Amino acid sequence: MSAPITPGAPLRPLIEARGVTMRFGGVAAVAGVDFTLGEVELRCLIGPNGAGKSTFFKILTGQLKPTEGTIRLRDTDITGAEPHAIARLGVGIKTQVPNVFNGLSVHENVFVAAGRRKSLARTRAIVDETLTRLGLTGIARSLVGQLAHGQRQWVEIATVLAQEPELILLDEPAAGMTHDEVHRTAALIREINRTHALIVVEHDMPFIRMIAKTVTVFNQGRILVEDSVDRVLADSRVRDVYLGKQAA
Amino acid sequence: MTPSRPSPAVGLSLLGFLATLALGLAILFGAPRTLDTFGLVQCTGFAALAMFGLSQGFVWGFAGVMSFGQAAFLGLGGYAYAVSVINLGDSTLPVLIAIVVPMLFAGLLGYFMFYGRISDAYIGVITLTVSVILFQLVNATSGSQYRIGAAELGGFNGIPAIPALNLPGHPDEPLDNDGLWYAAMGALVLAYVLLRAVLASRFGRVVVAIRENETRAQLIGYDPRLYKLLAFMIAAGVAGLAGCLYANWGGFISPTVFGLSMSAQVIIYVLVGGLGTLVGPMLGAVLIQWLIIAAGSQTVVDSNLGLGLVLVGFVLLVPQGLVPVVRGLLLRLIERRTPSRPAPEAGGALATERAR
Repeated sequence: MSAPITPGAPLRPLIEARGVTMRFGGVAAVAGVDFTLGEVELRCLIGPNGAGKSTFFKILTGQLKPTEGTIRLRDTDITGAEPHAIARLGVGIKTQVPNVFNGLSVHENVFVAAGRRKSLARTRAIVDETLTRLGLTGIARSLVGQLAHGQRQWVEIATVLAQEPELILLDEPAAGMTHDEVHRTAALIREINRTHALIVVEHDMPFIRMIAKTVTVFNQGRILVEDSVDRVLADSRVRDVYLGKQAA
Repeated sequence: MTPSRPSPAVGLSLLGFLATLALGLAILFGAPRTLDTFGLVQCTGFAALAMFGLSQGFVWGFAGVMSFGQAAFLGLGGYAYAVSVINLGDSTLPVLIAIVVPMLFAGLLGYFMFYGRISDAYIGVITLTVSVILFQLVNATSGSQYRIGAAELGGFNGIPAIPALNLPGHPDEPLDNDGLWYAAMGALVLAYVLLRAVLASRFGRVVVAIRENETRAQLIGYDPRLYKLLAFMIAAGVAGLAGCLYANWGGFISPTVFGLSMSAQVIIYVLVGGLGTLVGPMLGAVLIQWLIIAAGSQTVVDSNLGLGLVLVGFVLLVPQGLVPVVRGLLLRLIERRTPSRPAPEAGGALATERAR
């Protein structure tokens, strides 16, 4: 079983998945995954394409209902709950393909995310703070649909932060970014991690090295290994699955 | 707030709202002074159909709900008014009934559609089918056994001699032509202002955000089903009020209000005037109705053929509709006048503010 490895992690996990399985017809995209994340923990998920990482994210956020297994967020069973209900419990996600409001301005994107059940003054404060934090103030009035891919990624991260979640899921946050943007993203993730728990899916190994403490490796819907970043990246099995050497 | 300069588009949009409001009020008070009785009565009909266009423009252009059977709510509103005013005498309550009945019906229909996760295209099919079912249903109510209280539904012949609106508490003094004009046009201006307010509110911003990306809205914590349902109900209420005015305009209502051509016509209003605006569908309604009348009063080409050609021309040449094109031209003009400034982001206007 995957007990929290991080030294000093609190006893009660933030999120706990037990035996989560997702079948599409005969294919099990996720097969019996046990996954635990502590409060304010940063975890990286890696694995080859089709390993089930994004499917696992969709299950955590309620976009897919698992065929089997349970997911608990602190004391709440969120298995199969509606996405908006899970979001209200404090889970935010940047999806792999950016989901942003293309026809709205950057400011409006963040405003809508920040404004749920909050006073106007509080909402505006959050919007200002988030835009400044992500360096989006200069393009606040631009239409998101007209921005470059990297900028759209940042807008999406801004909307996720603006909703003030406790657990943040980032699916390939560095994809399509320039070298400089990747570094800024890594710095941002480390900064967010001071107060928030994160799960980050990435393929970019240098990026993983910049941010990761603990890494979970997915392969063929299962957890292959879960260990500290140095040991995982030195693991021959991990190299094999990335290079496709492992026999099916 | 963010210390970014206000985009000219935002200012223009506010200006547009005030200009539309001023124009609406000018027409409201100017028309009875300048038009003869025939013209005024015609304009009262235009106002009723403009309200119908407003309803379609809101639900389709802003909530992104492909309600292609908006005539169902127009018809329900008209029939609800007719039946209740014949029974009650005083028109105050019937006007409210004409708004509430379509809203409740939309609530029921919308609940099954949105909470049943029906996809957009099928929402179009279902709403259209529902309007046709209502048409057939009301069409089949010939005979004195089909009556609600004192009101005979009358089947295909409809309900004649519907009592006109009256001042609250004075059922014996129905409004004259001038009075009906003030009621219809006043209601139109009011509905426009209310919908603008709805879109400027936080609820409205979320509705537009859901149109833009339902998944993102959901992942932020909004329930798209609820927002779409409420927007659908608001639009149904506006269509119901349009139906009430329409019934008042002719003093008569028949099942044709539920018909396919009604549902199609209102979609054309929106396409011609501009999807994603509020003022466009109103202008579209007036323009198309005026064209229909003009086409009917000449004998050179078949009127339906002529109208069809005009519509095809519109879709090919001005696919965005009239209002967005005019607004784009205005924006470009302003840009050219202020060359020292960096090019303003035309799209930077709040989308909800773009509703003129």
